[in-house]
Amino acid sequence: MTETDTAEPVRPETIKAVPVRHPGRWVSGAIVLVLAAMLVHMLFTNPNLDWSTFGKYFFEHGILKGLVATLELTVIAMAIGIVGGVVLALMRLSANPMLSSAAWLYIWFFRGTPVLVQLIFWFNIKALIGDISLGIPFGPTFITWDVNSLVTTFVAAILGLGLNEAAYMSEIVRAGILSVDEGQTEASQALGMRRLKIMRRIVLPQAMRVIIPPTGNETISMLKTTSLASTVAFTELLKAGEDIFNANYKTIPLLIVVSVWYIIVTSILSVGQYYLERHYGRGSSRQLPPTPLQRLLRMNLTSFHVRPPVPSAQRSPEGGIR
Amino acid sequence: MSEIMVKAEGIHKFYGRLHVLAGIDLEVETGEVMCVIGPSGSGKSTFLRCINHLEKIDSGRLWVDGHLVGYRQRGEKLHEMRESEVARQRQDIGMVFQRFNLFPHMTALENVMEAPIQVRGESRAVVRERATALLEQVGLSDKMSGYPSQLSGGQQQRVAIARALAMEPKLMLFDEPTSALDPELVGDVLDVMRQLALDGMTMVVVTHEMGFAREVGDSLVFMDGGVIVEKGLPREVLAEPKHRRTQDFLSKVL
Repeated sequence: MTETDTAEPVRPETIKAVPVRHPGRWVSGAIVLVLAAMLVHMLFTNPNLDWSTFGKYFFEHGILKGLVATLELTVIAMAIGIVGGVVLALMRLSANPMLSSAAWLYIWFFRGTPVLVQLIFWFNIKALIGDISLGIPFGPTFITWDVNSLVTTFVAAILGLGLNEAAYMSEIVRAGILSVDEGQTEASQALGMRRLKIMRRIVLPQAMRVIIPPTGNETISMLKTTSLASTVAFTELLKAGEDIFNANYKTIPLLIVVSVWYIIVTSILSVGQYYLERHYGRGSSRQLPPTPLQRLLRMNLTSFHVRPPVPSAQRSPEGGIR
Repeated sequence: MSEIMVKAEGIHKFYGRLHVLAGIDLEVETGEVMCVIGPSGSGKSTFLRCINHLEKIDSGRLWVDGHLVGYRQRGEKLHEMRESEVARQRQDIGMVFQRFNLFPHMTALENVMEAPIQVRGESRAVVRERATALLEQVGLSDKMSGYPSQLSGGQQQRVAIARALAMEPKLMLFDEPTSALDPELVGDVLDVMRQLALDGMTMVVVTHEMGFAREVGDSLVFMDGGVIVEKGLPREVLAEPKHRRTQDFLSKVL
């Protein structure tokens, strides 16, 4: 880039013209500036925000424990969602009508009811099942467990979030599998490979390119959805904040503590997703787009030449699939 | 190994109400190179795909190397084969596709090594040696670590041929192997196929390359409307076609 700047051929004279005025831009810009100034003023002067309380509780033990619980819940629920999603997707694509309609029914049910209802449902599962026992179906039983000892609030939260997520993930995985060309399966069959091996060695690795980006979105979405577990008395980040402000009535500062933690973690996940997408974009395009750091390093800060705008084909990480 | 590699008797195939194959009777001898020509939609590709059971036939009987394809006969009754048995049969039948169908997430060498390792469970070292030799044989010794997207169409198709040969098949099926290639790349692929024919491989080649058919083919089949219209020595069929439909077709393509 710098070489072209030094060895530039003689250019014909550039047009010098009076630029078009944009009074609308000045007006709208001024309005935004005033609104922003009001917001900043409020942030610093409103006593209800109480920044000293914010500082006091940001690294408070209970909040950090809640944060860890939120992260645990996100990871485990997503793991259940991904594994369950792959299984459901394979069932839906199966030649066996029993399997494919069972998967269809599952997806229909779990996508058709709000996840909050499902969470409360799992929390109250004792009222439906009572005891779980191991034995012969419709025959004698060998061991019996009390449901409440098995389904703690943590398990209820994991089941509610994970099983719901599996329904969404299965559609993502199915779309990925269907995006792989039929010819890949035929070529594998012609080589004497069997169905499971074709799926594992040939189809799924290629489907990953389609599956990974929306899975990143799902993970970010899941992190925030875990806050619903506070309603079933599971102490995650939001519940930890609630427990504190229920005692000291400093509601707003503690909600801000919680929100800032959510923003920090989603930001980290977004960065991770960007690099994951970049990794799986390999092979589809010949050259990878530069990372933000590379872009910064390449920027010629001393030059004032107007550069042609870089086509931004990047999809925003928050561009959801739902 | 029997004298007859492929034997077809009264093959019929329907897609819904479309009668794609309307009674095919055919024999391919071991070591024979048979070229199949015909207008698009004549059923030639479908017939080829029936030979390795990628398509199920609706009636008739099909044998490869003396074994029924896709079925087992017990007395009067036919039993459908299990997936594992069909897969076992396909290991001996190599197939090359019009659109190559290489595995894009693997290098050329990995493409060739995949099936012998995953299907036959051969050791990596043995397979690597054979795959390297095969890629050299098709003139790609410098492209082994290239991914399919980095290869030209002609190079991809030669990798695909090497991939099929890595399973050491008794029979090779070619489904319009040069139809998706730029004209200047066709020659390299045909050269590889010619060498394969000289080495004694039994081949069924669906093609539009009349020059290849005339020069390399032992026999030529002209298909139209799901039936074999004419069959004979390539030189004779191409020079003096007996049937009206063959004459019409050849007058358009030659």
